Amino acid sequence: MTLNTIAIQNLLRRKGKAMLILVGLVLGIGTVITVISFSDAVTGDINHKLEKYGANILIVPRTENLSLSYGGIQMGGISFDMQELRETDLEAVKHIKNYRNIAAMGPMALGAVRVNDRPVMLAGVDFEEARILKPWWKMEGRQPEANAILAGAEAARVLNIAVGDTLEIAGNAVPVSGLLKPTGSQDDQLLFVTLPTAQALLGMPGQVSMVEVAALCTACPIEEMVQQISDALPGAKVMAIQQVVKGRMETLAQFKKLSFGVSVIIILIGSLVVLVTMTGSVRERKAEIGVFRAIGFRQRHVMRIILMEATLISIGAGVVGYLASMGATRLALMLFADNPHVVVPWNMALAAGALGMSLVVGVTASIYPALTAARMDPNDALRAL
Amino acid sequence: MSTMIGEHLTKHYGRGEAVVSAIEDMNFVIESGEFVAVMGESGAGKSTLLSIMGAMNAPSAGTLTVEGIDVYSLGQEQRADFRREFLGFVFQSFHLIAYLTLEENVMLPLATIRMPRRRKLAMAREALASVGLDGKGKRLPHQISGGESERTAIARAIVNQPPIILADEPTGNLDSRTSREVMLLLQRLKNDGTTVVMVTHSLACAGYADRVMQMADGRLAAPPKAATVPAQAA
Repeated sequence: MTLNTIAIQNLLRRKGKAMLILVGLVLGIGTVITVISFSDAVTGDINHKLEKYGANILIVPRTENLSLSYGGIQMGGISFDMQELRETDLEAVKHIKNYRNIAAMGPMALGAVRVNDRPVMLAGVDFEEARILKPWWKMEGRQPEANAILAGAEAARVLNIAVGDTLEIAGNAVPVSGLLKPTGSQDDQLLFVTLPTAQALLGMPGQVSMVEVAALCTACPIEEMVQQISDALPGAKVMAIQQVVKGRMETLAQFKKLSFGVSVIIILIGSLVVLVTMTGSVRERKAEIGVFRAIGFRQRHVMRIILMEATLISIGAGVVGYLASMGATRLALMLFADNPHVVVPWNMALAAGALGMSLVVGVTASIYPALTAARMDPNDALRAL
Repeated sequence: MSTMIGEHLTKHYGRGEAVVSAIEDMNFVIESGEFVAVMGESGAGKSTLLSIMGAMNAPSAGTLTVEGIDVYSLGQEQRADFRREFLGFVFQSFHLIAYLTLEENVMLPLATIRMPRRRKLAMAREALASVGLDGKGKRLPHQISGGESERTAIARAIVNQPPIILADEPTGNLDSRTSREVMLLLQRLKNDGTTVVMVTHSLACAGYADRVMQMADGRLAAPPKAATVPAQAA
């Protein structure tokens, strides 16, 4: 027989009160964990969808270039000492700290060629990476393989070309395998070929003109990645497309803020449930506490019994709350998410968080009732003597 | 050796004109191993006196000395230690803890003491056996009779062998046959050297005591005198 025995036996043999507190805590903790799990799952889903916004970092050769364009009117430019960016240099990017945050990296070789006596921009791209970088592309025909062309909508119109035509570029006959639907971007003006084809046609073997990068940055500041890539490619200028990045981050941050706000309110309600129930329980046990004090229990002994009960209930509520929240999250995703197939993995960190949160809420809310119990005058509590 | 000495004990409740005197300038000496019955009308101050003796109700004036210790010079927590070491309580309505078995109830005074569980259990079983409840330790309070509840309360009071037992109307809820059994138990404790102070309304129960402290209006009504032990208790 120890103080812990008293706490355990009270919980086991007076299940009603214990269940009431447990249910209150489970509802609080379960809801918070559900909100967090749901938020994480939906954030992951949103993040996945945000990838479709395309590239958010540009890598170009370092140059002392003064751009002479304004409002779409190109006046040419003056370049001094332009650094060369080679395809092999890009290997260095694979070793940066946040490489796993890079969803796609698409090198491009750009150059002007003449087709049907008209100057036109030829772009060499990696079409597999382009699927991620330019998810809005829709094409007629098929994706080009080596020595074939995908023509932008405006370029096709101006050059009057169709799928199956053959164009002569720098003395080479190159078939048109597909046409891009209008995108509203500069891509409409270009002729796309594979990167090696462009490098060969433009006479720039191994070189790239720019690299587009799509970075996922829910967990990393994009500026840091820009710095990491700059350090890895000293001959390159690396720029973040701020609007896209900030938009992504703000969307996610707002979602998290809402989740956090809801969680705080629910935790407060859970704490109140525990506080009220424990205080009621202490009042009901007044005579019992009087007996404890009369037979020589110190104040801290009485406190320990009450807090031990709160601890045991909180541990139970943490475990049950986490398990219930996993089920609730799956249900919520089925009911409210656009994509009901989002995976909700068992998360040990979240389980530990649920347990910790339950203990903090349960024990903290029980401190006042425990103090009230401990400070009871044994004579007042008993009335029998 | 004198076990308990009360000197000029006074207890007032309330303030100013609303003050009520429960005990007024009371002096007494209870010797070690004595069985004393405290009697008096309702409101005479018996329960207040017992709570002062039980180190749970500080007097407004006067001192209570037990085994040479000035009880109310101790701090609140030291008084809790004092109660655990020196006093055993038997309450009128038993006050057994409903969710604990009889064994666990009897072990309660040992709960805060560092001692192997087996030793505590052995002490509890020994105490239960001494009050005739051998083999009933696993029962819950609602599964036993009133007499058995009172005997369990006595077992709880004696489990750590305190020198003094304070009993408040221990037979108040019992029939005459069970009352007699309880009185014989208390008398046996007295014979084993334990000091017993019992508040009672019953003259029959008071007859088992060595002497009676008669109270009226918060004072001793007559000098303590030796009580006549009934023939059936001898």
